[in-house]
This record gives sequence, structure tokens and C-alpha cells, in this order.
Amino acid sequence: MSVKGLGELERSIMDVLWAEHAPLTAREVGRLIAARDLAPTTVMTVLDRLTRKGFLTRTRDGRAWRYQPAESRDAYVAELMLEALDMTGDRSAALTRFAQTVSGDEAEILRKALEELEEER
Amino acid sequence: MTTAAVLAVLAMACALASWRLTSARWTARAPRTAIFLWQSLGVTWGLASTGALLSYALAPRGVLPGLTALGTGMPKRLDQVLALAGGLTLLGVLIAVLLAAVAQTLSARRRHRVLLRLIARDEPGVPGVRVVDHPGAAAYCLPGLKSQVVVSAGTLRLLSPDELRAVLAHEAAHARERHDLVLLPFAALRQAVPVARIAHDAVALLIEMAADDRARRYCSAKRLATALLRFGSAGSIPAPNGALGAYSDHVMARVERLMRPATLPRHARLTIVAGSALLAMSAPLLWVI
Repeated sequence: MSVKGLGELERSIMDVLWAEHAPLTAREVGRLIAARDLAPTTVMTVLDRLTRKGFLTRTRDGRAWRYQPAESRDAYVAELMLEALDMTGDRSAALTRFAQTVSGDEAEILRKALEELEEER
Repeated sequence: MTTAAVLAVLAMACALASWRLTSARWTARAPRTAIFLWQSLGVTWGLASTGALLSYALAPRGVLPGLTALGTGMPKRLDQVLALAGGLTLLGVLIAVLLAAVAQTLSARRRHRVLLRLIARDEPGVPGVRVVDHPGAAAYCLPGLKSQVVVSAGTLRLLSPDELRAVLAHEAAHARERHDLVLLPFAALRQAVPVARIAHDAVALLIEMAADDRARRYCSAKRLATALLRFGSAGSIPAPNGALGAYSDHVMARVERLMRPATLPRHARLTIVAGSALLAMSAPLLWVI
């Protein structure tokens, strides 16, 4: 399977696990990704990759592992946004941003300028 | 000794010129030229300040010949030993912060890229752009071999289609011209020399202006300006404590030049570029003689 294919599968698997509230086994995950004709070993491989990257945690259940997301989807969205808004505190140079949003007096200055500009024809 | 003195003067001149440059008015009229001058000042300052110490330590040999001959004989006078230690330390620190910044940036980007793959979606209305479902306003470029432009769902709601096009043109300019690579050394220098923060902030603003200029070729300047103001004042996320004091000044400076564009005359730009190039060559030359 291509790298892109693997990436999409990672995403589908995370979606399945986020939608379920209980930890799932590889077999259960495979069944829930209904549209695909997947070898069980492929699902295992991707679950293992995601666990190694820290996105899943797993617990032993008899002879199988049960997997669940390490963080909620919202937590990851929040992490992306904090970095996008340069609010992680380390002023990272990882991204180039269009502009930041501000609040208070600064926002008021910009809002006034916007009104003036929109009145101009 | 003469070389050491020349290098020391050169380093001080660079620091002084940088300080002057932060308040220069012409830079907004020629952001690309100003960025080149900043890069030249940065490189020259680094090589001249370390070179001055090393040259003093290794006299009568030149810096580079002296360093390569270190194995055969160390300086014996105490002041020369101290200068050698100082020069090598400064050089080491500069190289170390640069490497650390590269490593930190790459790892932050790798994590960001993986998270985007797991979370971001495509939106049929804006092909080629990744969308993160969050009500706040954010638009950015994740640079790399395959740069990605990302916007939040809040941005899609906030901006008109024309404004969104302007924002995307701006981000595409960042991605295509790899502005992140321009900024990285200044971000690194800030770690070693805190006062270099003013240089970093100046270059960061110039990069935005350069991207605005590029975007203006593909979209309406006024839409880019209203997008900037709407975006900045969206206020969907509380700002961190007092971290953004000069921020609205930056936005207003960008809006001002979008609405009343003015470019520096060509001969002035050429003179600055030629001067910057000469400056950038001066320190390496003084290292080898």
C-alpha cells in the first residue's frame, strides 16, 4: 500500500476509534472500516504505527490488544490551533502565519480601520 | 592586529546599522531589498564579531589560516588565549543555536503534519487547502518540501470569497518563496542574543509585506487589506498577556501600504542591494587574509 494510502488509513482508524467510546481490538476496528477490503495485518500494522507515534494507547485483553485514542479529537484540534495562533509560548518559527487575532484595544483599532476602509469606495 | 581592529569595527557598524534599520521608513517601500540587507548585516555581524576575537588571538596569522594551523601551535600570551576561547565559544554558540532551531522547527513541523493528516479535511470550495474544524480565525502555511496551506473553519466563515482568495494568495507566496527559511536564522539568533529580537520582528514584518506584494498581483489589494483587518479584529481567541503590544501597528503598516502603494526608486534599490552584497563579502574576505 502506498504511503498516501497508509496515511488515509491512519485517519480512518482514528475516526473509528474517536467515534467509539470503548477500546477496540484490531479485528473490531477492521470490521468498522466497512468500505475497505483490508487484510487484518494491515490494520494491525497501522494500529502499531499510531501507537508508536503516541496517538493511541493499548491495553492487553486476553490474547489481543485493545486500542483507544491517547487524546480526544478536540484536544488535537486545540493543539494545532495553539500553534497556528503562535500561542504555544515558545514563539515557534515552524509556521508562517497570515496574521494573528488580537483582543481589547488593539482589536478596536483594527475594527475602526476596517469600517473606514469599507466606507471608502 | 589591523585585521582584528577592522573586524571589530565592522561588527560594531553592523550592530549600529541594524539598530538604525529597525526604525528606517524606506523598508516598507522595498521589503525584499530590506530583507537582503538584514541578511547581509546578520551574516557579517556573526563573522565579524567572532572573527575579531579569533583574529586577535591568532595574529599574525589570518583567522582561517590560523585556525587550520592551531594543531601545530597555540597562542601563548594570556590575552590571546582568552580571545581564542571567547571567539570559539561565540562561534560555537551561534552554530549551536542555529542547529537547535533547525531541529526544533523540523520536529514541530513533523508533528504538525501528522496531526493535519489525522484531523484536517479538504473543502470542495477551496481546492488544495486543508481545513481544520475550529471556530477561531487562523490561516497559515506549514512550510516544507510539500508546503501546505491551512485555514480554520472560522476563517471560511469570517471572510468573503474575495478576501479568502487574497489570504490564500498571501500564504501561497510564503510557501513558494520559502520565507520560513529567511526567518529561521533570525529566530535562532534571538536565542543567543536576546536583543536580536528586534531584528527578528523587523524581518518577520518585512516577510509579511513581501508576501502581501506577491499576493497583490493575483488579488485585489483592498480585499487583502480588509481581510487583514477583519482577521486581526476577529478576537475569537483571547490574546496572551501583553505579548502583542505592537501587533496592531504591524497590521496597520501593512494595510497602509496596500492602500497607498509606493516603491523605492529602482536606483536606490540597486544601490542598497549592491552595498549589501559587498558587505556580505567583506567579512569572509577578512577571514581568509
